[in-house]
Amino acid sequence: MAEYLIKNGFIFDPVLGIKGDVADVAIKDGKIVETTALSSPKVIDATGKTVMAGGVDVHAHVAGPKVNIGRNFRPEDKLFNCTPGHGIERMQGGFSVPTTIRTGYNYAHMGYTTVMEAAMPPLYARHTHEEMRDTPILDQGAYPVFGNNWFVLEYLKNHEIENTAAYIAWLLRATKGYAVKVVNPGGTEAWGWGLNCDNVHDPVPYFDITPAQIIKGLIEANEYLGLPHSMHMHANNLGNPGNYTTTLDSFKLSEGIKPNSKFGRDQVMHHTHVQFHSYGGDSWANVESRAKDIMGYVNSHDNITIDMGQVTLDETTTMTADGPFEHHLTELNHLKWANADVELETGSGVVPYLYSPNIKVCGIQWCIGLELALLAKDPMRIFLTTDHPNAGPFIRYPRIMKWLMSQEARDQQFDAFKYKDKVIEATNLAGMDRELNLYEIAQMTRAGPAKSLGLSHMYGGLAPGLDGDVAVYDFNPNEPYAPDDIEKAFSNAKHLFKSGVQVISDHEIANNGNKRTLWVNAKANENPQVMRDIKEKFLRYYTVTLNNYEGSGHYLRNPHVIEVDATQ
Amino acid sequence: MTKTVTDVICPFCGTLCDDLEVVVSDDGKQLLEVYNACAIGAEKFLHSQAKDRITRPRMRQEDGTWKEITYDEAVEYTANMLADAKKPLMYGWSSTNCEAQAVGAEIGEAVGAVMDNTATVCHGTSLIAVQDIGIPSCTLGEVKNRADRVLFWGCNPAHAHPRHMSRYSIFPRGFFTGKGHTGRKVIVVDPRPTDTASLADIHLQIEQGHDYELFDALRVAFKGEKLPDVVAGIPKEKIYEVAETLKSGRFAIIFFGMGVTQSIGKNHNIDAAIAVTRDLNEYTKAAIMPMRGHYNVTGSGQVWGWQFGFPFAVDLSRGFARYNPGETTSNDLLRRDEVDAVFVLGSDPGAHFPFNSVKKIYDLPSVVIDPHETPTSEVCKVHVPVAFVGVEIGGCAYRMDNVPIETRKVVDAPEGMMTDEEFLTRVLARVKELKGV
Repeated sequence: MAEYLIKNGFIFDPVLGIKGDVADVAIKDGKIVETTALSSPKVIDATGKTVMAGGVDVHAHVAGPKVNIGRNFRPEDKLFNCTPGHGIERMQGGFSVPTTIRTGYNYAHMGYTTVMEAAMPPLYARHTHEEMRDTPILDQGAYPVFGNNWFVLEYLKNHEIENTAAYIAWLLRATKGYAVKVVNPGGTEAWGWGLNCDNVHDPVPYFDITPAQIIKGLIEANEYLGLPHSMHMHANNLGNPGNYTTTLDSFKLSEGIKPNSKFGRDQVMHHTHVQFHSYGGDSWANVESRAKDIMGYVNSHDNITIDMGQVTLDETTTMTADGPFEHHLTELNHLKWANADVELETGSGVVPYLYSPNIKVCGIQWCIGLELALLAKDPMRIFLTTDHPNAGPFIRYPRIMKWLMSQEARDQQFDAFKYKDKVIEATNLAGMDRELNLYEIAQMTRAGPAKSLGLSHMYGGLAPGLDGDVAVYDFNPNEPYAPDDIEKAFSNAKHLFKSGVQVISDHEIANNGNKRTLWVNAKANENPQVMRDIKEKFLRYYTVTLNNYEGSGHYLRNPHVIEVDATQ
Repeated sequence: MTKTVTDVICPFCGTLCDDLEVVVSDDGKQLLEVYNACAIGAEKFLHSQAKDRITRPRMRQEDGTWKEITYDEAVEYTANMLADAKKPLMYGWSSTNCEAQAVGAEIGEAVGAVMDNTATVCHGTSLIAVQDIGIPSCTLGEVKNRADRVLFWGCNPAHAHPRHMSRYSIFPRGFFTGKGHTGRKVIVVDPRPTDTASLADIHLQIEQGHDYELFDALRVAFKGEKLPDVVAGIPKEKIYEVAETLKSGRFAIIFFGMGVTQSIGKNHNIDAAIAVTRDLNEYTKAAIMPMRGHYNVTGSGQVWGWQFGFPFAVDLSRGFARYNPGETTSNDLLRRDEVDAVFVLGSDPGAHFPFNSVKKIYDLPSVVIDPHETPTSEVCKVHVPVAFVGVEIGGCAYRMDNVPIETRKVVDAPEGMMTDEEFLTRVLARVKELKGV
């Protein structure tokens, strides 16, 4: 493999603790190495440019059944933006739900090299893997959803952690999944009857278990197995005024539980798109930011990580396994609604949404996301996301960086709001003068998510031994710049290396990379009861046979298996 | 000794049964028995064993007779035809696996083809309606485990999806439906007294072509508003009764077929059907599902969805993906003479397209990839027989509820036969050479 020496860039790397010093980065055999290890490298001149590790996205909806519903039912999302292939690039299309090919390239253009699909319905695992196979460049993994799974509901009703863990291990293997995802625990099962679970104590119809029991039980089962990532949580009551109390109640369920993982993470719960979960008030008329309460809790509890779910003020396509929420949303905005309930496992909904700067609530949502990040004491525990495409498309990450790094940029946005005064009144953002630096951005987009995922041995930094994922941006932090320069530079990496292969050269896609699919093979003790339960459920309630459920390997062209041994 | 292969997936209809058992000879070359399948499914497996099966490509001669050619020659002809054409139509894609569909999409991209699948004369109207209004749906297991109100509208699963009713919709006993069919109310809307209608608790024998009105009348009835005495040939009392039956269920499911997608009103009928389902969700839980025909028509819509963003009628001829049903749909293109070559795989337009479309195929350079001799092979210039997907080669297929299932290989194809994917991969390589990409 080619050797590369990226010379004289301004390095921002939380792993090595480098905050903008000029240094060289060496890549050999797919890994970062000491510069002395190179013999005849190709030299990339990064003088006056910013150099970071490849970006890591902990939560985005980029592949799978509901994403494809979003594509197929929104031809308007492709209006005027379908582009021909050129060079090695294939045709592309789509804005908020781009085709898989555009997804891969657009992430690469932002300097991202690893993206996790945030919700994989287990029955649709093949579909998710087929889409990831067709997404170039990126390393990807997918989180199967567990929070409404009948096995889990039945085991956790009696707090059977060992059985839950054995089932998780089996399902991760059957679906080639990466982590334990929980979406509106119990609520989506209730949605099978058109109902919901509004708070952590609202029992699930028939199953007679509360969301609190599901959440706590899945955290414990996750730690029992010692999986790389923690339980990955989307709490009940998303998107409703006054829901911050439900969020805090959910956080509190992690108290007293310590991480048991050999993969270097410190958290036992990752709570995703917290912006949607930080609302005060009791109606859309008086909804207000409760980011301070939320971040007060997060800052003082280091066994939690979160991501933002920043609203980007675009027209987008919402999609979530939170089926009842999407129904709620279609009643709110009267736009088309797709729903896809999945037997024994989960559900999902898809509704287009327009986050307009002319709507007060959208302005408030925009403020809350930024407040979360600006109130964070430790940027290693809060990650930059838009819950793509729910709060906005991922291509806006550089714009969010601009807002986080520049009060001037935030003020410009405030001035563009139709109801500026009302937005300011309901939020705290206008009074904040904190401006994040590139080191903190690297924490939020590289080192932090990599650590939270249990992948800090591969991604997130520039230390020798890590994967050769390196982005070079046309950005000189030592020269004066306008806020828009940030967005421009980070939208369009000058060079990008993925596992030691140069995939972007001078802003152009130069190689389709050697994408890998990450999945976790957890070995748990033999559990005859769980295997019997699995056989029974497939015989009686599933509409596919057990032997046709497990995906075969060929969907994963280049699998990267992370082995976990939980046998004791 | 014979061997029994279990958990076999039936590559016939969108029901995609996956519990078949197939007995094969010890050497794996002969397929002897098929269990659990419906009559059509069993025939599909057994037909692969026909002694007079065509196993090599054929090219039509001047005098109308066939001449056997090699696969190499067939690849060469197909690649040249596609590469030379300004705007070839690549149609079908519904009776093959997703792997082949993905390669086909790449060929389409390389040659600037119009990609269309059988939805174009089937549930394409449903896909358009979904783009208008969305679709609250679910997997078939949700129906099995929860549904207590089942409505079939313009479809006849007793004949078209024979095991649908026993596996998913009427008879099975699921988790919350322990009483099986006695716990379900079945409603059939069909102008004909079909075999499915004979199983119904209520059969609304609607006047043909008046589906939209009856959907609308149901929406009125849900709200308890006034109806005319008779709508679409159905007395209003009956409509109120059906509305009440649906509302009073715990979980209602509407299945619909070509009787409503391809009759007067087309996509507007489906708009109305989905609106009925949306309305029902105000009172109870309700879902709606198209009864997709070919076993993997759904899959081709999925593959093109993630590669191009559109489920059918994808025009790649300008170098980027365009979608405009009515303009970029197969029959419209053929009848307006807008395509200059036709490639067919996994479908039989010769049997299902209007006659004047079929005549156009006859007049154009044309290739059909199909294990069978079909009306389409009768009008094409080259016929390339291939291995049966789901019998002689595996690969992914999507059920009518979009659930992906990997079909299985149970016997070897006759010596030397190619699969869809192998043939397409060869064509793609040759097209790239010809196009210099």
